[in-house]
Amino acid sequence: MNVKYIGLSEINGPLVALENVSGISYDEMAEIRLDDGTKRLARVVEVDKGRAVLQVFEGTKGLSLVNTTTKFEGRSMQLPLSTEMLGRIFNGAGKPIDGLGDIFPEKTGDINGAPLNPVMRTYPRNYINTGISSIDALMTLIRGQKLPIFSGSGLSHNKLAVQIVRQAKIADENGQDFAIVFGAMGVKNDVADYFRRSFEESGALERVVMFLNLSNDPIIERILTPKVALTCAEYLAFEHDMHILVILTDMTSYAEALREFSSSKGEIPGRKGYPGYLYSDLASIYERAGIVKGAKGSVTQIPILTMPNDDITHPVPDLTGYITEGQIVLDRNLDQTGVYPAVSVLPSLSRLMKDGIGEGFTREDHQMVSNQLFAAYAKVQDARSLASVIGEEELSDTDKAYLKFGDLFEKHFIDQGFDVNRTIDETLDLGWQLLSTLPKSELDRVDDEHLEKYYSAEKAAQYFSEN
Amino acid sequence: MDVIYSINGPVVKVADTKTFMMQEMVYVGDKRLIGEVIRVETDFTTIQVYESTTGLKPGEPVESTGAPMSATLAPGIITNIFDGIERPLRTLSEMSGAFIADGANIPSVDTQKEYKVDICVKEGDRLSAGDIYCTCPETPVVEHRCMVPPLSKGGEVIWTAKNGYYKVNDTVVKIKDSAGRVTELSLMQKWPIRTPRPCKNRLPIDRPLVTGQRIVDTILPIAKGGTAAIPGGFGTGKTMTQHQLAKWCDADIIVYIGCGERGNEMTQVLEEFSELIDPRTQKPLTDRTVLIANTSNMPVAAREASIYTGITLAEYYRDMGYHIAIMADSTSRWAEALREISGRLEEMPAEEGFPAYLPSRISEFYERAGYVETLNGKEGSVTIIGAVSPQGADFSEPVTQNTKRFVRCFWALDKSLAYARHYPAINWTTSYSEYTEDLGAYYKDRVADDFMEVRQEISNILVEENTLMEIVKLMGADVLPDDQKLLIETARVVRVGFLQQNAYHKDDTYVPLEKQYLMMKLILSFYEKSKNALEHGFTAQQALSLGWADKLVKMKYDIPNDKPELFGDYELEMRADYEKLIGGAAE
Repeated sequence: MNVKYIGLSEINGPLVALENVSGISYDEMAEIRLDDGTKRLARVVEVDKGRAVLQVFEGTKGLSLVNTTTKFEGRSMQLPLSTEMLGRIFNGAGKPIDGLGDIFPEKTGDINGAPLNPVMRTYPRNYINTGISSIDALMTLIRGQKLPIFSGSGLSHNKLAVQIVRQAKIADENGQDFAIVFGAMGVKNDVADYFRRSFEESGALERVVMFLNLSNDPIIERILTPKVALTCAEYLAFEHDMHILVILTDMTSYAEALREFSSSKGEIPGRKGYPGYLYSDLASIYERAGIVKGAKGSVTQIPILTMPNDDITHPVPDLTGYITEGQIVLDRNLDQTGVYPAVSVLPSLSRLMKDGIGEGFTREDHQMVSNQLFAAYAKVQDARSLASVIGEEELSDTDKAYLKFGDLFEKHFIDQGFDVNRTIDETLDLGWQLLSTLPKSELDRVDDEHLEKYYSAEKAAQYFSEN
Repeated sequence: MDVIYSINGPVVKVADTKTFMMQEMVYVGDKRLIGEVIRVETDFTTIQVYESTTGLKPGEPVESTGAPMSATLAPGIITNIFDGIERPLRTLSEMSGAFIADGANIPSVDTQKEYKVDICVKEGDRLSAGDIYCTCPETPVVEHRCMVPPLSKGGEVIWTAKNGYYKVNDTVVKIKDSAGRVTELSLMQKWPIRTPRPCKNRLPIDRPLVTGQRIVDTILPIAKGGTAAIPGGFGTGKTMTQHQLAKWCDADIIVYIGCGERGNEMTQVLEEFSELIDPRTQKPLTDRTVLIANTSNMPVAAREASIYTGITLAEYYRDMGYHIAIMADSTSRWAEALREISGRLEEMPAEEGFPAYLPSRISEFYERAGYVETLNGKEGSVTIIGAVSPQGADFSEPVTQNTKRFVRCFWALDKSLAYARHYPAINWTTSYSEYTEDLGAYYKDRVADDFMEVRQEISNILVEENTLMEIVKLMGADVLPDDQKLLIETARVVRVGFLQQNAYHKDDTYVPLEKQYLMMKLILSFYEKSKNALEHGFTAQQALSLGWADKLVKMKYDIPNDKPELFGDYELEMRADYEKLIGGAAE
């Protein structure tokens, strides 16, 4: 299609409208050329007969009703794809920004992707050893899973993500290829830089594809960033048999960009002003994790989101939790007491862990230890709230044991430090040490056989007096 | 020819036409995407499209079919997995690979497969609507019974095929009605998904849907033909609970609707159900299961339709005389699909952006459940168990509240129970079942005379514990008098030993009613004996020092399902222990 349209009929925020156009399809891409020669990309978001509404990626600053020529491309947005992308840095719309020139595409992919047929999925079962006790033992990450980090401003989510990337043994037994796709939406320049440096230090930079949309970049581009990143991830995973770990940060900025776009389009808002389709939209991102039957590669997602005001019922974390397969929640109180990673154990969860742990995967007692640690730590909370009312002295012996367990658990198990990498055996043994500080009768989630094998109050007492 | 005027997400408008009917199915665009007419005005006809509208252009044709959105009803449904508009996903994957392509028009069931058909009518027979004219084995456990369509006037059989192998579109019987019109009947019929299939009578509800889950069967029972809702925030185990019910409940057929949920969960159902063996038939669970998978990233309009497709399939099998249980996971996603489409239509929103017709849509759906006498005189039922995913785990939001009005069984999942890994995390104080009384007679006849009394006593213990816990939370358990300490300990046994159930334990995952009853009896017996010890002057600590509380907590694992006689041994042993305690003091 070589017809060019001169001028616009309306400009409103990031949206422009054209009248008297024909043959335009929904979701089609267009290029808007300004009189000064610069070009901007746009996408059709609404078509009536003769009228098209476009969102302009780079913003509408400098556009007037007469200074543009618009050319429609006749297809939806495509991302040029190639294995050369590894080690490169792109902007949120997939254009190289590291000064090394365009990539030579092997093929192009529609950034919207298509829904994966449920009968063609392989149920994820292989666990990823992150070396972080709280995650490995209690909310195990499985290859092909989407497991977000729910955090708050100022918490150590970036550090945690970096530690996972550095320690995670993503490559499988036969050393199959792995890579990291990093999508940043509306993050600060320092944050992007922190990630880049960390990848460099861990020597992984040539295995990382970065898509950066910084906080001062246009919001329309931000809406594309996760889709672009996942298109690249799917390509590497399913056509080049690589195990891909996708890190998307920060999903809250993404949702806010979507809200801004929706309101300038004049849509009816839902909860807290977010568009009614926020759930479907987030799902179209998160559901692009998984393993395809017959393919050797996989896409694992770790989206990071900051909960506004640390509120887990805010629409973004809430809807995310309903789509993803669990969540890792960070806690401000723990963080303030210097615990790193400040994983808030009770609300955290991995839905896929039950099938990816135990005999043949991790260790036969993993499920029991994990259940018992959860149950015991839940009781710690009760004991603590009771202690704050009647004082610690008045507590029963069992409750006192729980208080002690809680402190040790936080100090030794959760507070692990940035440089400590534990094997799954070390983690589970530590779990048993902690459980052994409780009276045997309190351990109702483990069977007698394993209690016999691993429970030892003396050893635990000795261990914790030494450390 | 009618052409597209405008496109906005899944909503497409056609201008200047008057020929489309409401709720008619249409083909949209050159790719022939499936759509449904949802609004007709003088200027515009509005269509919701069940597939992605990317690439659609104004000016592309819209083709009318003259029929409403219908489900295809024929052998080949059971064991299959469909999307929201009954397209078979396995066939789709053979056509378009791992990712779902648009505009694939394929028949819902395999039209080439031959079934061994038994004709059960002969020439001269008079048939009316709903009568069965032939049967064929659909799976090893489900016999498919082909019925005269419900709206047919019936007539006299003038020709039948011979018993033998036929495909679903082959004519097997011809009937002539009183006006002399001949109708050819094959193994297949169609039914509009938004219209309930008729039945002769609705029967009173008096039989439980036995699920093998203790908290459900004893404390909060659901009846065959009943409705239940499972609300719960994320991570509270809605899906796990539904999986457990789908696996173990004693319905003949399960329709599992994955509505706007995770793709991996559907894969898990597919894998697990084909490995698990139904204890009643000794065949894989897939042989009695239909899956409808419209995952969260599949088109939103088809998500809205998936609920209706599911219930239409269920009603069809009900009409054959089967008991069906529908698991709808999750109805909130369906309500959100309604909201999303309503927003695109620029309708005036009511509460939280949901359309004002939300309550009526929810009630229409749940009212399609019921225990009925079918047109052909058999008994069948459709039980609906719908998961609700309240935003921010806040039960006051519109979907939960409106659902609560139209269901009779409410299993509220509790975050703090889930955090403590107490599964199923059904909160016994905020949940309720209105079926308890209706089902009393059944439990009396089939399980034990005093079942209802025993159940009530257990439930009383929990209620009393709940009031005591408020004191305990403030002052600790030590300040309570001995009898209350005993109650708290008994309640712990009920909670941990009885209500908590381990889905991964081979015995505990499904527990027969008889064992559930014996467990309750033993717990009450323990409570009685300990109270008796208090009356003889012992302290609660002494009474509990015999260790029976911990032993009862583990009885669910220690007593296998097939050895109920062990309960008698436990009772005798416990009696001896307590007699020794009291006797020892008397000497």
